[in-house]
Amino acid sequence: MNQEGFLTKTVAGFTSALESVILNEELAHTRGLIQSLDPRVKLFTFVLLVVIVGLARSFWILAVLTILAAALVYLSRISPGFFIKRALIFLPFTAIVALPALFITLGEPCWQINGRVIITLQGAQTAGFLLLRVMDSLSCGMLIILTTPWNSLLSALRWFRLPAVIIDILGMTYRYIFLLLHTTNSMFLARRSRSSGEFSGSENRRWLAHTLASTLAKSQHLSEEVYLAMLARGYQGEIYTINRLQLQNRDYLWTGITVLAAIVLIWSIYR
Amino acid sequence: MHIPDGYLSPATCGVMYAASAPFWILAVNRVRQVLTHRTVPVLALFSAFIFVLMMFNIPLPGGTTGHAVGGTLLAIVLGPWAAVLGISVALGIQALFFGDGGLITFGANCFNMAVVLPFVGYFIYKMISANSEATSLRRLVGAAVGSYCGIVAAALIAAIEFGIQPALFQAIDGTPLYAPYSLNVAIPTMAIGHMSIAGPVEAIVTGGIFAYLQRTHSSLIKADAPVKKEGKIWLLWGGLAVLALATPIGLLASGTAWGEWGADELKGLGLDFIPQGIEKLTGWWPAPLPDYGFPRMGAVIGYILSAFIGIILIGFIIWLSGRWLSRRNSARQETKTGTMN
Repeated sequence: MNQEGFLTKTVAGFTSALESVILNEELAHTRGLIQSLDPRVKLFTFVLLVVIVGLARSFWILAVLTILAAALVYLSRISPGFFIKRALIFLPFTAIVALPALFITLGEPCWQINGRVIITLQGAQTAGFLLLRVMDSLSCGMLIILTTPWNSLLSALRWFRLPAVIIDILGMTYRYIFLLLHTTNSMFLARRSRSSGEFSGSENRRWLAHTLASTLAKSQHLSEEVYLAMLARGYQGEIYTINRLQLQNRDYLWTGITVLAAIVLIWSIYR
Repeated sequence: MHIPDGYLSPATCGVMYAASAPFWILAVNRVRQVLTHRTVPVLALFSAFIFVLMMFNIPLPGGTTGHAVGGTLLAIVLGPWAAVLGISVALGIQALFFGDGGLITFGANCFNMAVVLPFVGYFIYKMISANSEATSLRRLVGAAVGSYCGIVAAALIAAIEFGIQPALFQAIDGTPLYAPYSLNVAIPTMAIGHMSIAGPVEAIVTGGIFAYLQRTHSSLIKADAPVKKEGKIWLLWGGLAVLALATPIGLLASGTAWGEWGADELKGLGLDFIPQGIEKLTGWWPAPLPDYGFPRMGAVIGYILSAFIGIILIGFIIWLSGRWLSRRNSARQETKTGTMN
């Protein structure tokens, strides 16, 4: 195996994280259906949709929700290819998890070879349920993630009474993730530019641990400096932000439709 | 170990939010007491660090790579309560911004990785390191073993969460609605995966970072942080009591836990003979509460009573060993042991 494989993989992870952040911001500012909704409305209705996906007990409901998600992707002007790549990146893992259920679940035969039952109806149903449900939940989650700028999401969370201290931490963490990613990325680059030949696995592990440890020490040092900088700007334990959230007619309409659909679906489940 | 939405029923997710909530509330209060106005910048930077650490690919012997969580490390540097918040924030950003881990499973993911992991890891680190010097080898071993146990414990709790799904939630025809594997598949699978890959990754990363900190930033390792009495600790005991009350859920599982068959059950598994060793050893220890039950008592009550007795016994053993460790340490003045490697 390529000795630098782990480095390439890590750097690729960093790059894709940065890339997705830039793309998210772009997408969140295009004019589409979900983008035009208030972030509080989006947070409430999409969490509600994920709960409904969780409660659904028939393939029909899950299939309808899949079509709904696809329609919303189209109406929000998200490129389908990009959405599938982004939202369903975690789906193959679920497919691997669901696969054995096809073969080990006992029940009526569905597919046989030479009279031996390979796949049962129940097995196919079990695997199908899990896959569809995970796909629908991922789509709903990703729809709100892709169409909402991070700051709006935070003000929506604040409106839902998440403590201010948590919001402040979330906001600052998000900002410093990119600084730390940048720092460690530079450390990787520095190592590559001044080394040649192959490193053993244990050398690589030691070097990684040192990189992480000095990043940890840097974070600690930086937190002190950031705190002093905040104090110097008059920080007294609270951060004030401009909050310009206002509900429009379409927000009420969208909430109404979603809640009504939720009630109908839940009624049909527990009838 | 990030459980996505769809694996757990909404009811389970609700219970897991409720289980995590007291820890979050206590953590916010405790951390603000200790850090006061520093809370926001300190936690923000350390959460960002944990997020970055989770993105690192760690090469393992044999050519594979894996990711670490770093929860025990954070608990060692900042204390377990700050670790609860730090990891929760990192997981929150992963879920809310990158779609890694679900929205309604967030409570469960936090309970596993931000509560169980740092507390188990920190507790074992404390047990092993006791009052030794910040730079001692003993502390390094404590950090590595603690982080290993922390992640394995978190994985086991996650396995229980999705292992109870098929028994509790089925369609009318018996088809499992969520994660389809029962406890006797989920627990061994998660245990093997985490004991052989994720656990070693966590131990290597935590141990490596810890060793480096010992050499260069030993001030970050608080060797003699005084253990404060916690006023609201009853909340946690309350949580434990709730879990003990929930033990009868185990009765739902049909059959015996994997690998825990009795001699008579081995026959039922299709084994034609009983291995001699098992036959010989069966019954040599007359258990006071066979099958977690009491004579002349319902199975449910028996299970709950057994859980409480188990908790008290384990608590007593831990308390005894803690006393023994701290006595041994105060009796023997440890000289500084170099750990340069």
